[in-house]
Amino acid sequence: MTESIRRYCRWLACAAVAAVSGASAAAAVQIHGAGATFPYPIYSKWFAEFNKLRSDVEINYQSLGSGAGIRQLTKGTVFFGASDGPMTDEQLRAAPERILHFPTVLGAVVPIYNLPVASLTFSGPVLADIYLGKITKWSDRAIVALNPGVELPSLEITVVHRAEGSGTTYIWTDYLAKVSSDFKDTVGVAQAVRWPTGLGARGNEGVAGVVKQTRGSIGYVEMVVAIHSGIAYGAVVNSAGNAVKATTESVTSAAAEIARVMPSDFRVSITNVSGKSAYPIASFSWLLLVEDSRNKPAAKIMVEFLKWALTEGQKFAPSLGYAPLPDSVVRLEMAALARVKTS
Amino acid sequence: MRSSASRRKLLSSAFVVFCAAAVVVALIPLAFILFFVAARGLSGLNLQFFTRMPVPVGESGGGMANAIVGTLVLAGLAALMALPIGIASGIYMSEYARSRFAGAVRFAADTLNGVPSIVIGVFAYGVAVLPFRQFSALAGGFALGVMMIPIIARTTEELLLLVPGSMREGALALGATRARAVFTVVLPAALPGIVTGALLALARIAGETAPLLFTAFNNRFFTTKLTEPISSLPVQVFTYALSPYEDWQRQAWAGALVLVLIVLACSLAARIATRRLERMHARG
Amino acid sequence: MRRKGRADLGFRCTTGAFASLVVVIVCAIAVVLVMDAWTSIQKFGLAFWYTSVWNPVTGEFGALPFIWGTLYSSVLALLIATPISLGIAVFISELAPEWLQQPLVFLTELLAAIPSIVYGLWGVFVLVPAVRWAEGSLPDRVRELPFFAGPPLGLGLLSAALILAIMVIPFTASVARELLKTVPAAQREGAYALGATRFEAIRAALFYARSGIIAGIMLGFGRALGETMAVTMVIGNSPQVSLSMFAPHYTMAAVIANEFAEASDELYLSALVEIGLVLFLVTLVVNTLSRVLIWTMSRSATAALEPDVAAAA
Repeated sequence: MTESIRRYCRWLACAAVAAVSGASAAAAVQIHGAGATFPYPIYSKWFAEFNKLRSDVEINYQSLGSGAGIRQLTKGTVFFGASDGPMTDEQLRAAPERILHFPTVLGAVVPIYNLPVASLTFSGPVLADIYLGKITKWSDRAIVALNPGVELPSLEITVVHRAEGSGTTYIWTDYLAKVSSDFKDTVGVAQAVRWPTGLGARGNEGVAGVVKQTRGSIGYVEMVVAIHSGIAYGAVVNSAGNAVKATTESVTSAAAEIARVMPSDFRVSITNVSGKSAYPIASFSWLLLVEDSRNKPAAKIMVEFLKWALTEGQKFAPSLGYAPLPDSVVRLEMAALARVKTS
Repeated sequence: MRSSASRRKLLSSAFVVFCAAAVVVALIPLAFILFFVAARGLSGLNLQFFTRMPVPVGESGGGMANAIVGTLVLAGLAALMALPIGIASGIYMSEYARSRFAGAVRFAADTLNGVPSIVIGVFAYGVAVLPFRQFSALAGGFALGVMMIPIIARTTEELLLLVPGSMREGALALGATRARAVFTVVLPAALPGIVTGALLALARIAGETAPLLFTAFNNRFFTTKLTEPISSLPVQVFTYALSPYEDWQRQAWAGALVLVLIVLACSLAARIATRRLERMHARG
Repeated sequence: MRRKGRADLGFRCTTGAFASLVVVIVCAIAVVLVMDAWTSIQKFGLAFWYTSVWNPVTGEFGALPFIWGTLYSSVLALLIATPISLGIAVFISELAPEWLQQPLVFLTELLAAIPSIVYGLWGVFVLVPAVRWAEGSLPDRVRELPFFAGPPLGLGLLSAALILAIMVIPFTASVARELLKTVPAAQREGAYALGATRFEAIRAALFYARSGIIAGIMLGFGRALGETMAVTMVIGNSPQVSLSMFAPHYTMAAVIANEFAEASDELYLSALVEIGLVLFLVTLVVNTLSRVLIWTMSRSATAALEPDVAAAA
């Protein structure tokens, strides 16, 4: 009996080794990256398409969260990172090597809710007060004022936020801190904050799931997720006073505003920009690369990949629910890519 | 006298009903969960699931082949590390059971068994990932191996203790060294139990997600080198389940179903192995 | 003869070396945890254990809400799971007909086989809505009690405790079942001969095996303390100290799982590792306590415990 067990184990081991070695390309180079969950769908599309163009390159990206991307890149356990919030000056100083930011797509964070109403409009200060716990009922005067003619129930608002650190939270808090000094002082801007109120759910999908199930709840998720989950999201009044709902157009127009004053390191926030039809809670999603990496061949591949993603790759964006980058920004980036040392 | 007797009888009957109800109460969620996973997972189970790799969203026909192989590789690495250490420790604890050191080892094994898997993940990150600046299959295997050691060690020890002393003494009386006595007489007698212990330990780690998040990372592709990140079913299921795409969610459920089946298979194999080997030894 | 002595010594040293690896690993875990948590230990000292603030932005960290959430959910789970586990163990070993025993044992073990993440997913989609409905259906008078205060969210301590209870049942049940098997037939037959009802005879058997059963309960408790994935998906992930079972809470294992990969600055990371250290110490204490309990009970028992009971414990 033991002999047959041993024989079976040996067969199993051989099968596993065979599967592992036989299934992959002969000399494929694997490059590993980690970071934001938001761009995961389009990054996975891009890496798969790029793999078709260059079958000797396998780029493996795992969505552990923006903060994880920054941390693992700083520690050197992955080759590239991805984040929905740019690295702070402190984080850049703490990194042993110089890290460069390259915007790849545009995203938007939308307020989702679970109420039997057709559509809702929010404003920045109202959202801030809800998340501060100051506005506790849907029938609050401030919300009613923004939604004339809508029947708002006297239901308690159940606030939902992210349990783990995330770039989505960064974008959300970045916007709320700009429109509410109270929020800025009490909560601050970061990937993980101390929430005055509410439940924590894991991942964009987790938040969407909780909001879907809980009557009278509100949450914030990436626009892509809201569309795919089929959940209602509200319009937000932008700095020009117009109520704008997040769409690929309104998001791209938010980015176009900033192109004129884009800093050279691309670390810029585009929340609450001016512009009639700009959506106020939009953000770039950045790919992070070390400027002078020890692994020059991999750096060369990543530069080649970025050049493709910023041009050819952008055409995949709309079908997946992302807003493509404005041409002005792409031009700046193609020039900036020369900064990455490839030899 | 009669009233107290009938009261006692009533109490006894109530107790019997309670016990039967307890069984039903425990089995209800089990039925629910299995039905739930099967209902959602079956639709995603097809040949592609086992043979294809993940594809980006929007494309159909992806699979989790790399995750399945990854889980097998990780389990293999873990077993490679845990079996020698676990069995040898078990032998020591049973042969020198009354020594103070054996007591210390026993306490350490029980403590290790109780350490939450997430703490082991943090430990493995500090020891096997950071110094090498690399997530790797080896780090994942290390974390899982650490979890397997105490189960194998204690099972081995207990079963070796159950082997009748007469067998051991007989071998020693014939002039065998301790080692010989253990390896040729005692160990084979306890083998079915040790195999059971190994299979149970495998079942325990097959579904673990937390320790792998910080060690093996995950990999969209097949891993050719053990020093590279590797995919695994639990992590892949976790990633897909928390995504907004139906296709990915369906695959997550299929993956969850496969996980349950793997763990089930290990438990079943443990039972069958025990019974068949016992029968064999009863005959011989 | 001397060759045998040397061979025996070699055997002892070799197996001893492997055995010592187990001790080394446990010590290594403690050492690595302390080392990586040192920044946080130095900054907060003992206050870490009783501070309620967890603010990654301002760098203030305290473990109290997580300790509270972990203990509350695990103790509640234990209260729910223990009677059920004992009931199952008794039913399978004493009351069920022969042909039913093996299948029932198999089915209980199946519960243990389901991976934690599957429990989490089931919890989110099935259990939480059910608990939400149950919470909402409670009469208002009950809802006024501090234990049941707050809106019926479904996500919260009660859901976590229920999932933990389900996960713990197979462990405690199987240990109790094994122990009941070892109770000598003579003891049971004696009880019946004296006219005991089934309940009374079984109660005596349970009392006989009590130290092992308590060990089994402690084993389940330890498991519940460290459970991560299933809990984080249903508990609401909100660090607060609240008496209410309906309120969302946070456990030590869950916060580590959620925030560890992200924590980007030294202090944040070491605070998380310190929580891991706290969790490690708590499980260590529970483990040691159960062994001490068994040891004192086995000393005070008038009848010497059978060696298999002691070995199983």
